[in-house]
Amino acid sequence: MSTATFRIWRGQGGQGQLEDYTTEISEGMVVLDAVHAVQADQANDLACRWNCKAGKCGSCSAEINGRPRLMCMTRLSDLDTNKPVTVEPLRTFPHVRDLVTDVSWNYRVKKRIRPFTPRLPDAADGTWRMQQADIDRVQEFRKCIECFLCQDVCHVLRDHAKHEEFIGPRFLVHVAALEMHPLDTLDRVPELREAYGVGYCNITKCCTTVCPENIKITDNAIIPLKERVVDRYYDPIRMLVRRLKGG
Amino acid sequence: MADIEEFEHDVLVIGAGGAGLRAAIGASEAGARVGLVCKSLLGKAHTVMAEGGVAAALAHVDDRDSWRVHFADTMRGGQYLNNWRMAELHAREAPDRVRELEAYGAVFDRTSDGRILQRNFGGHRYPRLAHVGDRTGLEMIRTLQDKAIHLAIDVHMEVTIVALLKDGERLSGAFAYDRERGRFRLFRTKALVLATGGVGRAYSITSNSWEYTADGQALAYDAGADLQDMEFVQFHPTGMIWPPSVRGILVTEGVRGEGGVLRNSEGRRFMFDDIPENYRNQTADTPEEGWSYTQGDKNARRPPELLTRDHVARCIMREVRAGRGSPHGGVFLDIAWIKEKLPNASEVIKKKLPSMYHQFKELADIDITKEAMEVGPTTHYMMGGIRVDGDTQMTNVPGLFAAGECAAGLHGANRLGGNSLSDLLVFGKRAGEHAAAFAASKGEARVDRGELDAIARKALAPFELGPGGEGPYHVQHDLQSMMQDLVGIVRREDEMRKALDGFEGLRERAAKAGVGGNREYNPGWHTAMDLGNLLAISEAITLSALERKESRGGHFRDDYPDKDAEAAKYNLVVRKGAGGEMKLSRVTIPPLPAELAAIIEEQKS
Repeated sequence: MSTATFRIWRGQGGQGQLEDYTTEISEGMVVLDAVHAVQADQANDLACRWNCKAGKCGSCSAEINGRPRLMCMTRLSDLDTNKPVTVEPLRTFPHVRDLVTDVSWNYRVKKRIRPFTPRLPDAADGTWRMQQADIDRVQEFRKCIECFLCQDVCHVLRDHAKHEEFIGPRFLVHVAALEMHPLDTLDRVPELREAYGVGYCNITKCCTTVCPENIKITDNAIIPLKERVVDRYYDPIRMLVRRLKGG
Repeated sequence: MADIEEFEHDVLVIGAGGAGLRAAIGASEAGARVGLVCKSLLGKAHTVMAEGGVAAALAHVDDRDSWRVHFADTMRGGQYLNNWRMAELHAREAPDRVRELEAYGAVFDRTSDGRILQRNFGGHRYPRLAHVGDRTGLEMIRTLQDKAIHLAIDVHMEVTIVALLKDGERLSGAFAYDRERGRFRLFRTKALVLATGGVGRAYSITSNSWEYTADGQALAYDAGADLQDMEFVQFHPTGMIWPPSVRGILVTEGVRGEGGVLRNSEGRRFMFDDIPENYRNQTADTPEEGWSYTQGDKNARRPPELLTRDHVARCIMREVRAGRGSPHGGVFLDIAWIKEKLPNASEVIKKKLPSMYHQFKELADIDITKEAMEVGPTTHYMMGGIRVDGDTQMTNVPGLFAAGECAAGLHGANRLGGNSLSDLLVFGKRAGEHAAAFAASKGEARVDRGELDAIARKALAPFELGPGGEGPYHVQHDLQSMMQDLVGIVRREDEMRKALDGFEGLRERAAKAGVGGNREYNPGWHTAMDLGNLLAISEAITLSALERKESRGGHFRDDYPDKDAEAAKYNLVVRKGAGGEMKLSRVTIPPLPAELAAIIEEQKS
């Protein structure tokens, strides 16, 4: 059995340093296994979040060798373990302790988005009819596990801290899932432009690159939402009609 | 004590998986001021990992299905130890709970005429599981979460309950700590719903997350509630077994529902070798018939891979023990073979089982459209739990309710796949509404503050011992190995007696568990506190398993391999005695009403 060194960020409230832990590694191990081994044997108080260990819950997000990833889905065999593997907390959210950050902003954002509001049922028994082809796109968005890696890597949030003006890729995907839901009746286009700040996204596709669920965030969610805003507010013919109507 | 934050609610719900969220929604819509406590972040509870689907007799794919068939399937699967009232309510109400999810925004897979699609699953006579590929749990928890956040529900994330508080006989509050800052919290409440899930972390090979440390069962037991059927632990037949770091991670039964077959190292499809008598009429005679069934042929009967989980798990163990296992100690689960039947098999597999495809590709470097998976049994679900009233979900402690996996009754000796997600919805709603009604009908309950200091001191003990104390993770690992080896899938009296002796030593070590660092987000400290719950409930499992001298459902005794007709007449109940000792008793199951008995008879053909 061989060993590898994990250079893990330790500290509290943004203060801290990287510390090296050497632990045994074996076939098939992922970064989360190594963090658990360190926790069990060397540092009981090492803080990290995890739940499912199968890429389904989105709890164990971290920056591994500088790249935002799920610790449970990052196999050591894909990393160079001859060098120390760095494991750091997400950078875009306030630091709590070790690998844990305060992601509560995300929960507040979702609350601001107006909820699903269905049309009246299609059938007398109170049910609806939808074709699979019409929901494929929405189902892609609903695969989101809320790991917030896309929020972490989005430069509007990461570098410019526009948390007040911009809801970030995760919630643009959420809005897209609502807007493209065949049963939903609300119109969220005005909010997209104003409160949700879809215009801040300049399509660098970083979010799509890090999505562990392979959701085509930019192409399938954000660009179509931008188009809806453009069609509504910046289409020259519509602008002319609005001006003539005095709107 | 100065540093306790206080909160007051009419109904406090502990646990934010499917049952807790549905209970919180139910209580809130009934007009109660609701608090919802999650041990993790909101939306990360174990429900998120449920893959296969939610069982409900919608009869969209096969119109022969009805609540009556679902009821009979559930009772047969549970070997008739089920609380029949719960089985009836569950079968009757599950369809409405699924339709309600769609009204909340869930997007289930569709039939060609645009209705909710349903798939085959073990023990269900007809295709019955409403699903979204193999990520149904995620769809369900996200839908409920998004519904709940727009209601007036106070969500307390990353908070763990340490003890329940009582005013005389009645439940009055809960004492907790918050994970982030390690501070104590007092919740005053008129009614409380436990929806804390299972006990899988008592075993080393498990599909369960770190949260599954029997908290609800232990809190209820300490508060004087009865526990029931604790011997019935479900080992899901198909967990991943290779590489070692993924051992236990679930492989959905949906793989078999879509035509996947089990083979031993000789390539033999061994499930045809042993078909239980009470399922013989409903099981395919030939592989061809089984395949037709999975593809929707209404005249075909189900393949033996879709027999109940307890049976499939035992057949796998039999192959492994006979030396016919896979290289890493399991058997082969093969869905790739369907390319012999379907020209576009690879696309079908990726569409129907996207999460499994992803999981094996990323974690085991295996393409399940081309190769077989290696699988073996993994600890998955607790059929036993807190004893509740079938209609209201109230325990024998007034004001204390329980729903979902932490409650007992619906599943009897073995749970059918898909019946968990429907259980969460049906009984989560009932628990929430009845808790709200209870709260509305009662005055304030008083909290005895004198107790709080003692609870807090006990909770802080690991810091007194410091990092030089016993390692909490090591104690947990040793408990897990002991339960896995001695009270696992195959049980024997002498081994279980050894486990009983082992608890004493583990309890002593747990009392000496020490941690370093401070109270803020300290997982070592939290693990040390969890040990008490895990130990108490593991002991309840062991005592009950010793007492049930027969094999039935999830409980298999090597020394009593047959069913005992007498043992079909009672549930085992564990209660805390006056001196703090664990008391076990047999409680006779009330006779089935004639109407329900008739349904079971009519469905036997």
